[in-house]
Amino acid sequence: MDFAFSPEEEAFRNEVAAFLEKEVPLEYREKRLTFFDMSAQHDWIQVHRRMAGKMGEKGWLSIHWPREYSGQGVSPFYRLILREELARYHSPGYDSIGCGIVAPALLLKGNDAQKKRHLPGIASGKVMWCETLSEPNHGSDLAAIEVFAREEADCFIVNGQKIWTTNGHFADWNALIARTDREASPNYRGLTFFLLDMKTPGITVNPVVNIAGHHEFNEVFFEDVSIPKENIVGDLNKGWYVVMSLLDYERTTDTVYAIAATYLSDLAEYARENDLLNPVVERRFAELEAECEIAHLLHYRVTWMQSKGMVPNYESAMSKMYSFELHQRISEFGMEVAGPFSQLTADSDKAPMFGRIPSCYLRSFGYSLEQGTSEIDRDVIAQRGLGLPRLR
Amino acid sequence: MDFGLNEQQEMMQKLARDFLTSEYTDKVLKAMVKDEKGYTPELWKKMTGMNLMGLSIPEEYGGVGDFLDLIIVLEEMGRVCFLGPYFATLVLGVPIILEAGNDEQKRKYLTGIAEGKITITLAVTESMVKYEADEIRSNAVSQGGYYILNGTKMFVPDALAADYIICAAITNGIQESQAGITLFVVDINTPGITVKPLQTIAGDKQYEVVFNNVKTSAKDILGSVNGGWLHIGKVLQRANIGRCAEMVGMAQQALKLTLDYAKERIAFGHPIGAFQSIQHRCADMLVDVDGARFATYQAAWKINQGMEASKEVAIAKAFVSQACRRVMNSAHQIHGAIGFTEDHILHYYTKRTRAYEFSFGGIDYHLERLAKLHR
Ligand SMILES: Cc1cc2nc3c(=O)[nH]c(=O)nc-3n(C[C@H](O)[C@H](O)[C@H](O)COP(=O)(O)OP(=O)(O)OC[C@H]3O[C@@H](n4cnc5c(N)ncnc54)[C@H](O)[C@@H]3O)c2cc1C
Repeated sequence: MDFAFSPEEEAFRNEVAAFLEKEVPLEYREKRLTFFDMSAQHDWIQVHRRMAGKMGEKGWLSIHWPREYSGQGVSPFYRLILREELARYHSPGYDSIGCGIVAPALLLKGNDAQKKRHLPGIASGKVMWCETLSEPNHGSDLAAIEVFAREEADCFIVNGQKIWTTNGHFADWNALIARTDREASPNYRGLTFFLLDMKTPGITVNPVVNIAGHHEFNEVFFEDVSIPKENIVGDLNKGWYVVMSLLDYERTTDTVYAIAATYLSDLAEYARENDLLNPVVERRFAELEAECEIAHLLHYRVTWMQSKGMVPNYESAMSKMYSFELHQRISEFGMEVAGPFSQLTADSDKAPMFGRIPSCYLRSFGYSLEQGTSEIDRDVIAQRGLGLPRLR
Repeated sequence: MDFGLNEQQEMMQKLARDFLTSEYTDKVLKAMVKDEKGYTPELWKKMTGMNLMGLSIPEEYGGVGDFLDLIIVLEEMGRVCFLGPYFATLVLGVPIILEAGNDEQKRKYLTGIAEGKITITLAVTESMVKYEADEIRSNAVSQGGYYILNGTKMFVPDALAADYIICAAITNGIQESQAGITLFVVDINTPGITVKPLQTIAGDKQYEVVFNNVKTSAKDILGSVNGGWLHIGKVLQRANIGRCAEMVGMAQQALKLTLDYAKERIAFGHPIGAFQSIQHRCADMLVDVDGARFATYQAAWKINQGMEASKEVAIAKAFVSQACRRVMNSAHQIHGAIGFTEDHILHYYTKRTRAYEFSFGGIDYHLERLAKLHR
């Protein structure tokens, strides 16, 4: 057993911290923005691109990839350290879809040409990605999706609608899952995974505003959108397996425990400075702090498994669900810390913490939905993890 | 014992429900949240025509019904997430004037309210938002037949829609005591009063009201000089239970929206309501709604009977607030991503229940009061 980071890892952490100390806009640190709602900031995308570009130049975004794909072949703990520091410094710059999901899926399931074509863009921090899985009528039951890709001589033609596409309005490329066989039984055997250039004619992206008033996700319409055949990842009608490996990564990429822990300590500082602490409040802070530690451990276990070449199973669903729900609890608690003032929005000069409290709270309703709902996570833990029988 | 409504209460409930369902659609609600004052004179007129403005006002001033009738209407208002100075006028203004006002004041204000011509709000709490006498710093200094009022009040409901404002101020010069607080009822357009909107997540028309050398006549004192806190203490009980009733209506509506959706949304070949994890969440929602409703009714009944209700009020406000959080969290979870969008109606309910949780004391405030009763 060993619960410490290696000296090399600690050195990397210090290097990242020194970089962020210099590069993160002061405003982001003063306002203590959190990863999940900093997109409400008017200059978010510019800052994101600048930070991503700089980290790309340093090779940090791909640090744990194999050497042949511009990585340094180090353990995934380096990615974790990078994201922990980004959380601690309230910094954007990590494209959790491109770096966090698409790259690992390509490394695992992409062919050589696809890796050579797409990995450098992601590693450089210059190419942004979105993923279009969910549809208006199919979310949790992903295997039932209907968006159809018709096979032609040299390409596929896509028609239909996707929704909840995070960063669809910024993305250069899109990881798309579409139906290519309507007769397949079971239905997941009729799905294919495509890489789609968002500049292709026929794509319309419309904003969908969330309950916090932020524009993060979108609805995306495809009208006779053409995709070259070489953009299929895996094989025709075998997209499900790519998606499953992608989802396994999705559940482990965002270091939500670190984002949550940072927010908790920001709240504690606010409470201390404004004389809002009393034994009841302090106890709640302590309980949540303990839970943050658990969330850390559950996530470190997953990263440790990955570093040893083991494939996490229920463990990543557990880590994802626990840390997202914990962040939700902390965000709800935030609304208590400052009392009635916590309902004031960023427009109000009386709002505590620049209006961060209600913004974090309202954004947190998405945590138990995105990247698979908590119900689905619990199913995974119960059925895959504990081997309990299933009804379906 | 009787957990049911009597004939008149049932009639009142049906009347309010039918009216609000047809008049206060989701579209109206969305418009009212954006609207500066949060209500329209046309709606007010219709409500007056239905006697809603007279609820809990004695017949001699043109009113009908009692506090329980009012509670039943407030619950219906909660169902549609109603905005406007109804609560402030009927729940905050009326009881104080009824109890503390002299004949002339009662005739003027209560008759005016019942006729739909007057709206009133109440300004108590200040920057500490404690809803306690010892936080009051606003003061009024006697000068001939006048008083000069100074101070800042926080989270005043519907001040922009109100014609009059009742303000609690220190008149004996001594802070931190109940014994020197006097109530003034002042025309909100009196020079020196500034009404500043507070930007809240619910957009529910709360204000900061500043009194700067406001000259008010000694005739505008409600009740006795230095004897105002007694009335505030009582009205805070009604205010909390009024908010509880609205929150019960909101929780009930969130449950309804959720059940409708759980029956119609299909995943894995079944309505999601067929999954037991969803059913259990819905069942817990119903426990919370029923518990919240009866806690509210019990406290309201005691108040209506003129019985001591400190304990029941504290229990109701603390429980209803917590129940509402759980109900809203489950409603969002079961709705999936669609309930996370601004276009969907659900978040109006979620945000408003959080605002009402804070209004007149939050969960910890009421639990502390409950704990103190045993000391
Ligand atoms: C902030 C945010 C960002 C997102 N970003 C993206 C994105 O970039 N790309 C993308 O493709 N999608 C994205 N999504 C969509 C997300 O993946 C879906 O919301 C999620 O999969 C749930 O689908 P749904 O919303 O359609 O809900 P539904 O699947 O309709 O579920 C509704 C409710 O039923 C429950 N339920 C469903 N099946 C079962 C079952 N078998 N047993 C028990 N309960 C069940 C669910 O848990 C939920 O509570 C995002 C969502 C959010 C909130």
